Amino acid sequence: MEIAVFVKRVPMVGGKVVVTADGQDVDTRMSGFTVSPHEECAVEEAVQIVEREGGSVTVVTLGPPEAADQLRDMLALGAQHALLLETDGREWGPIATAAAIADVARHRADSGAAPFDLLLFGNESADTGGFQVGVRVAHALGLPAATGIKRLERTDGGLRASREYRGVQESYDLPLPAVVSVKEGINLPRYPSLPGRLRAKRAAIDTVTPQWQAEGLRKIGLRVPQETRKRAEVLGTGTAAVPALVALLDELGVLP
Amino acid sequence: MTVLCLIELGDGGAAADASLRALTLARALAGSGGGEVAAVLFAPADAAGPPAAELGAFGVRDVYAVQAGDGYAPAAWARGLAELAVSAAAAGVVAAATDRGSEVLAHLGAITGQPVAASCIAARWTSPGLCELVRHRWAGSLLEDAALEATLTLLTVASDAVPAEPAASPADAEVHSFCPDLADTDLVVRAAESAQRSGGVSLATARVVVGGGRGVGGPEGFEVLEELAGLLGGALGVSRVVTSQGWRPHRQQVGQTGTKISPELYLACGISGAIQHMAGCLSAKHIVAVNTDPDAPIIAHADYAVIGDLSQVIPALVEAIRAR
Ligand SMILES: Cc1cc2nc3c(=O)[nH]c(=O)nc-3n(C[C@H](O)[C@H](O)[C@H](O)COP(=O)(O)OP(=O)(O)OC[C@H]3O[C@@H](n4cnc5c(N)ncnc54)[C@H](O)[C@@H]3O)c2cc1C
Ligand SMILES: Nc1ncnc2c1ncn2[C@@H]1O[C@H](COP(=O)(O)O)[C@@H](O)[C@H]1O
Repeated sequence: MEIAVFVKRVPMVGGKVVVTADGQDVDTRMSGFTVSPHEECAVEEAVQIVEREGGSVTVVTLGPPEAADQLRDMLALGAQHALLLETDGREWGPIATAAAIADVARHRADSGAAPFDLLLFGNESADTGGFQVGVRVAHALGLPAATGIKRLERTDGGLRASREYRGVQESYDLPLPAVVSVKEGINLPRYPSLPGRLRAKRAAIDTVTPQWQAEGLRKIGLRVPQETRKRAEVLGTGTAAVPALVALLDELGVLP
Repeated sequence: MTVLCLIELGDGGAAADASLRALTLARALAGSGGGEVAAVLFAPADAAGPPAAELGAFGVRDVYAVQAGDGYAPAAWARGLAELAVSAAAAGVVAAATDRGSEVLAHLGAITGQPVAASCIAARWTSPGLCELVRHRWAGSLLEDAALEATLTLLTVASDAVPAEPAASPADAEVHSFCPDLADTDLVVRAAESAQRSGGVSLATARVVVGGGRGVGGPEGFEVLEELAGLLGGALGVSRVVTSQGWRPHRQQVGQTGTKISPELYLACGISGAIQHMAGCLSAKHIVAVNTDPDAPIIAHADYAVIGDLSQVIPALVEAIRAR
């Protein structure tokens, strides 16, 4: 199976997110970069499918030149090919991002390479959380789409994709080619192996430069939500705090 | 300017709580444009009547029951909404940012070629076609002020951050049936539901959640936390470290990439309080942290704290509750 997986470079944030002085971006001077856990799981899922039935995994990102680092991280997890849709660092909206991604799939079909059978996305990007790029790509290419998927199985004609809705398991039978967006929990991503990392370091990364377009949703500014909670009231230390804790639970009405 | 709000049906055919929260924001948006909110639900023709009185209390005068075949088909639901928006001359469509709501609005954005603002907590029109809004980024750890310019305003609502408020003056809701023209391709992707429900108290709706993080130390340590959760009629929730170590299954993970919880009490044990974890418990009423580190970030988010080793505090707590 030929599989493309789409990942987005985002800052790695720990205890809190810091916004730059102009309120336009997350301050990344102190942080590393990563991809969303959903996307890492998408790469793992693709690698497992190809290990089982052959084919290849191509990881694709749209981002600044430095996003090549994230592509190498994904190559180290077992992807075979990498493609960078290089930007000038400006933020791209979901409509423009989906258009650039759909172009990749079309060009691949035109160029005579085996077309993608499966396009895997994260359920949402970690930073902007638009919940939509995969679905927009599916419509642009006329493909079926399933989102929020936590289990993928091969069927005769294609794939069975499942997720949980209000405590009930629901599944979708998809013909191929298809678009699937997955959630963390679908698998447990492996750690990169040393040979994997060495291979990734040397691997070639294809680059194309798509055209940015403005779209209807425009960021005015970012801010940290007002902290509503104060510093906690300390009930005590160690087991000596247990009577106070029991009294509190009683007051909250949660004791049997 | 009419705003259509997608209503998902919960247990027993009542409107889902998340949808009532979305309806509250949709009503405010409609009001900012001098219009009204209408409810849209997808139900097979033979289903029990839609919860008209319940929706009327939220100011809904028109309820559209869309016939789009049996079961859930995201593209078909979006096609139904797109056609209804034209026929009802709607200026906006709103849904709760649930799995289904987010998915249907993404399809609707693609079908209509319009932008979608996801996870909004406030929105109003400043002029026709121009909407000023606040939305979540980083799962609510950051707020974005944004402008949305569109011929059809499409939003999802971060329902854990918006309360459900009935309208000041309730309306008499009238139900209309609507039959969209669906293409075969709209029905290719369709959910087949399995009958069985997962057992036990659901994490998302539990009144009490007992949380365990790396500080629990290993898979064995969760036994006593589960015992406590059982005693309090609650559910066990865990951090991402716990699921990525394989100590507990991912469906118990609380946070940005796990489940969002909104209990009366969240007792977080051995959890540091990383921003992605806290994103999953923004709407917990009370947070109590048990942590050996008085400077752990979670202390700044908690209402109460016990400074100590959870492997001593929790068994002692279980014993004290049993002794009552
Ligand atoms: C995009 C993204 C999404 C993410 N999504 C999620 C998510 O959905 N959910 C999530 O949880 N995380 C998520 N994370 C990971 C998150 O950043 C943290 O790594 C994780 O929450 C930390 O888990 P923890 O608190 O259990 O571990 P740690 O941060 O290691 O904290 C352990 C805590 O236990 C305390 N402790 C140790 N021993 C004891 C003891 N004996 N008794 C009491 N206390 C003790 C320590 O003082 C410490 O505070 C995400 C990360 C990213 C980048
Ligand atoms: N810049 C990008 N480069 C590659 N893939 C992306 C990019 N932005 C979004 N995606 C993919 O689309 C998914 C959904 O993104 P979003 O609609 O922004 O929440 C992500 O999890 C990625 O798989």
